[in-house]
Amino acid sequence: MFNIPLHSFYMMLFVIFLLIAGSLIRLRLQRKNPSVDYTELKQRIQSWWWMIAILFGILLAPTTISITFFALLSFLALKEFFSIMPTRQADRRVLLWAYLAIPAQYYWVETAWYGMFLIFIPIYVFLFLPMRAVFIGETKGFIRSLGTIHWAVMLSVLCISHIAYLLQLPVINEEAGALGLVLFLIFITQFNDVCQYIWGKTFGKHKIIPKVSPKKTWEGFIGGVVTVTIISGLLAPYLTPLTMVQGFVAGSLIAVSGFVGDVVISSVKRDLAIKDSGTLIPGHGGLLDRIDSLIYTAPLFFHFLYYLCY
Amino acid sequence: MNRCLKILFFALLVKPMVLLGLGLNIFFKARLPKAGPAMVVANHNSHLDTLVLMSLYPLSQIHKIRPVAAADYFLCHKVVAWFSLNIIGIIPIQRSNIRDKEALFAECHKALDNGDILLIFPEGSRGKPEALSALKRGIHHIIKQRPSLKVVPVMMHGLGRALPKGERVFVPFNCDVVIGEAIPFEEDAKQYIDSVYHSLNELLALCMTRQSIVLDE
Repeated sequence: MFNIPLHSFYMMLFVIFLLIAGSLIRLRLQRKNPSVDYTELKQRIQSWWWMIAILFGILLAPTTISITFFALLSFLALKEFFSIMPTRQADRRVLLWAYLAIPAQYYWVETAWYGMFLIFIPIYVFLFLPMRAVFIGETKGFIRSLGTIHWAVMLSVLCISHIAYLLQLPVINEEAGALGLVLFLIFITQFNDVCQYIWGKTFGKHKIIPKVSPKKTWEGFIGGVVTVTIISGLLAPYLTPLTMVQGFVAGSLIAVSGFVGDVVISSVKRDLAIKDSGTLIPGHGGLLDRIDSLIYTAPLFFHFLYYLCY
Repeated sequence: MNRCLKILFFALLVKPMVLLGLGLNIFFKARLPKAGPAMVVANHNSHLDTLVLMSLYPLSQIHKIRPVAAADYFLCHKVVAWFSLNIIGIIPIQRSNIRDKEALFAECHKALDNGDILLIFPEGSRGKPEALSALKRGIHHIIKQRPSLKVVPVMMHGLGRALPKGERVFVPFNCDVVIGEAIPFEEDAKQYIDSVYHSLNELLALCMTRQSIVLDE
């Protein structure tokens, strides 16, 4: 239907079904307790509708458009990083060059130049940015500043561009197509966020890292990992070239690394004494608040898959 | 004709730039005066300040927003002067050799009588990036004659990094725009200016990007 590979099409329908269910549950909650303020929940669900609509629209568009969209996502994420992290006024030109790494990196994705895609940021950008900063000549705060800049570029450009490269891998599972991989990765990552939240909210007692994230508990973490591992094993053969057993491993990989991505960005925000990284997505905060776990899961899932299947 | 150009300039250039190149974290947008006569007082770090504040208003209302800007800076070059007066719609004001204070603000009063919203940067100059300089007393001269005028403080943060004074290259950054509560009138000029300054500083605490500035030696 609409030339969408069948399995991916059903997956999209399933996600839309989940959203409808979420919206209905919120309406029921509101009707049951009219005195409680559900504005934030409402905003969150509305934003989910928007994000899913944009994502599905982009995935169904020609690959070049999908890749351009992920480039835009990298740009917005990098901008958010640079806007909250301390960088020197003298680094403005260096930051501009860091932004220019985005079109280059996504050009390698577009042309499916795998080797360059892998090394461009960890080698060329890594070596170039300090050189550019040296010519500006400000040495005070040099180490801290360059470390910050490179870290932000790695997370928001290299890591996110792995999602786009999934679309360029030769299709093995014909019924799911290239977008099956992206749907699987994003669904499992976000599902993990939700599962850990629900398990933690219901059974949470023992805190994992109270200094970073006081709401994260062992019960939430383990409950999330188990649930996500099972679902992922069931879903993987349907949407990806992975077998069920490989899907279990992919699921636990995504569940654990998603948790790590979440708390890494939390640490950044805690260090800066801010609650959100921005206000781009109503009810969720900034873009980084939403894709924090995806930053970690995308490259790890990609290379797991690449090692096994390509 | 000029109004058309103005709308095109804001619709095609300023608004998309502000949306994508900058990205604003706006807090308490509802506090912004929706109709004139009113006055918005903001901190000043960049030429972008004016454009960002104007972009908060719908296209149909942009011609009602009148930035008060230095005559010696914006009127000394022919093209810049035409652009500032016709596209941005500034009210030029003298910064030095002032003899007649009443005449100085005549244009401002005319605009307020017309129901416009004045945009004033009481620091008088863009100054150092992301630092709030001492405020000038000019705003009090205007308000003295209109004690009931709504005066709303706005704190912006981040624009001094996106395009600071003396730089030509624009670098994308998210910026904060925090709108404060209207400042009540006070007879005493110093007290009034102090309360504006105090209010701007309080708004700074809400800025998400406030930690990102490392000042150079």
